[in-house]
Amino acid sequence: MTRKQKRMTMILGGLAVLGIAAGIMLYALSGTITFFYTPSEITEEKVSPGQRLRLGGLVEEGSWIRGEGTMSTFVVTDTIKTIKVTYNGQLPDLFREGQGVVAEGIIDGGGTFVADTVLAKHDENYMPKELADSLKEKGVWNEGAKTQ
Amino acid sequence: MIAEIGHFALILATGVALYQFLVPLYAAQRGDRALMRTGLTASVLQLALIATAFAALTHAYLVSDFSVQNVFENSHSAKPLLYKISGVWGNHEGSMVLWVLILALYGAAVAIFGENLPLELRSRVVAIQGSIGLAFLLFIVLTSNPFMRIEPPPIEGNGLNPILQDPALAFHPPFLYAGYVGLSIAFAFAVAALIDGRVDAAWARWVRPWTLAAWVFLTIGIAMGSWWAYYELGWGGWWFWDPVENASFMPWLVATALIHSAIVVEKRNALKIWTVLLSILAFSLSLMGTFLVRSGVLTSVHAFAVDPERGLFILIILCIFIGGSLALFAWRAPMMKAGGLFAPVSREGSLVMNNLLLCVACLAVFVGTLYPLALETLSGEKISVGPPYFNLTFGPIILPLLLLVPIGPFLAWKRGDAATALRRLWISLAVAVAVGLVVLALNIRGPWLAPFGMALAAWLVLGALTDLASRIALFKAPLATSWHRIIGLPRSAIGGILAHGGLGVMIAGIIAISLWKIEVIVALKPGEAADVGGYSITFIGETPLTGPNFTGRAGRFLVKEGDREVATLVSEKREFQPSGMPTTEVGLHQTLAGDIYVVMGDATNDGGRAIRMYFNPLVNFIWLGTFIMFLGGLLSLSDRRYRVGAPKRHVAAQAVPAE
Repeated sequence: MTRKQKRMTMILGGLAVLGIAAGIMLYALSGTITFFYTPSEITEEKVSPGQRLRLGGLVEEGSWIRGEGTMSTFVVTDTIKTIKVTYNGQLPDLFREGQGVVAEGIIDGGGTFVADTVLAKHDENYMPKELADSLKEKGVWNEGAKTQ
Repeated sequence: MIAEIGHFALILATGVALYQFLVPLYAAQRGDRALMRTGLTASVLQLALIATAFAALTHAYLVSDFSVQNVFENSHSAKPLLYKISGVWGNHEGSMVLWVLILALYGAAVAIFGENLPLELRSRVVAIQGSIGLAFLLFIVLTSNPFMRIEPPPIEGNGLNPILQDPALAFHPPFLYAGYVGLSIAFAFAVAALIDGRVDAAWARWVRPWTLAAWVFLTIGIAMGSWWAYYELGWGGWWFWDPVENASFMPWLVATALIHSAIVVEKRNALKIWTVLLSILAFSLSLMGTFLVRSGVLTSVHAFAVDPERGLFILIILCIFIGGSLALFAWRAPMMKAGGLFAPVSREGSLVMNNLLLCVACLAVFVGTLYPLALETLSGEKISVGPPYFNLTFGPIILPLLLLVPIGPFLAWKRGDAATALRRLWISLAVAVAVGLVVLALNIRGPWLAPFGMALAAWLVLGALTDLASRIALFKAPLATSWHRIIGLPRSAIGGILAHGGLGVMIAGIIAISLWKIEVIVALKPGEAADVGGYSITFIGETPLTGPNFTGRAGRFLVKEGDREVATLVSEKREFQPSGMPTTEVGLHQTLAGDIYVVMGDATNDGGRAIRMYFNPLVNFIWLGTFIMFLGGLLSLSDRRYRVGAPKRHVAAQAVPAE
């Protein structure tokens, strides 16, 4: 093979690998991403039961109830709409009423959000960015909530 | 007063960086040797000034000077000494000072120890380092001054985020930054080579040790971060494909590609243009990592409170350096001469394959990390890309590479023969298949991936051992000869073997914990027990707890295997003063076979506790493997070929005074 042919072989080989990888990436992206909604958006967007999504909002004051064993229920609000969440597992250390929370899971037939993950943040002053943005859009963002 | 000295030193350093950037570039172009030497002096002065600023900030932390806002916000007088020191870089401003300090260290190291380099190249490298330093010093001085005072000074500080108060995490940022910033040297060499218009074996021999040093630091830094996440976050996981983790993983992938492609440049004078591009990409990804972590544009479990305006500044730095260097590359690269020829199946070919797959894998991580950001900017829709995406893309892309790793070293340069290489590896291959079959037969409730993954791990480890055995002619020559050969082997060869073997050990750990992890979540009252992976774990009860800067409750657990007592574990719920922030400490019993991992959760209604328990089989193989890779890197780094004599391209030219 001449230099040119060798180079072409290598470039074509590289492109082939890249093409296959791009295909896998597109396929994976279409199947595995989860959308983020606030309680109002869930009612507006008519999310179908069983679709996996992330729910963000504030834990409503006085709504957190510990059930049997490791079951918990609480209400997530964006101060406009609310949605009830059930979760079987350990809540993160920084889970508190009146504080921001992001839960991942599905909505069951009865309109309750069944979470399998409740996200913790490392920093008590930290509000998940996607949540802060959503609350700002809705005009319910309170800068005072973020100290310093 | 000392804080003001620090601040002043930073401002002076900015001025010196400007000099270090412009003057040596100009002098190198003009061929003015005396002027070039002043650039080298500037880089040493730069180091002295930044070190002064860093020392001033450390002093403020040590004496708890709360009139400095940064100390007030991130420290507390009751904090243990170690965390007073690590508090210096446990926040945005301080971490940026550490960043430029390490940058200045590398720059001064090139200036001082680069005796073998031609002066023009050395000056240009130092100048590029100066330009990076200038950008980040401006960033610190204009947006993130760590020496800001508050009036009147508060009596007590806010304290450091408690989950950062951990030995592994205290040293995680310095190592990670040493890795990130170390890649700036490869970048500076690449840009200097583009200006110079020449890349050759000597160039690669200078770049290799610096890149290798960066790789060694990145490896240990990432491993420490992952180890910390494993036992401190209490989620039982060790890697979450979180944007901040990905931000450090992407430079690692490209740096790994770079240390391999630099071998080809050094030995065969081929792949030169590609290696230059890779050097630029590696540092660009480091810069992007800094941007992602420091700007807060991404939602991450590791994100701390950040200021979006700073993000814009770093974004501008990012655009200038990446855009500028790529433009220079597009302009100058076509002028470089193409190097040696090689057949597709050859050592060079295998290293090209390594580079291709590592870069494509990095691309997959890149897409998954930035796609949510792009989509939100374009359509306003908020999404998250989680582990399923990365498992689905990164796995299949990296798999062929892992399969090929043991074969590469057995291929000859220029033209190799795959059949011969496989023949020499047949024992490894047979044993690996046997390992797979054994796992399949035991069928420890595993999908097909389990036997395959374990066979792969065995293949990697045995392949590395076969490489060693064949190099020292083990069992083919008398043992004494083999022993002589092992002593005579270049350290970089042993380092490579160790790194490949360590990779196999790590894969074994990853496969085991991914497929055979046992997780149990139960509510237990004192005296009750639960079964986890053949162990019975009894919740003994809880007692109050007082530490230097926290109070809390400690839950005790008795772990038994049959009738044998294995361990008593303590998991704590702590509440840190003065922030009141709660944290959880994991109860951990570590063995090479696997960890028992107990996390005490919230109180339940009936007086018990929600308890999460894991059995994580072979999990320590992950860190053991990375540590072996780290050792391999260190060993290669100590190879004498990198230190003495060898890279002397311009010695003859240098001897002639440039009048």
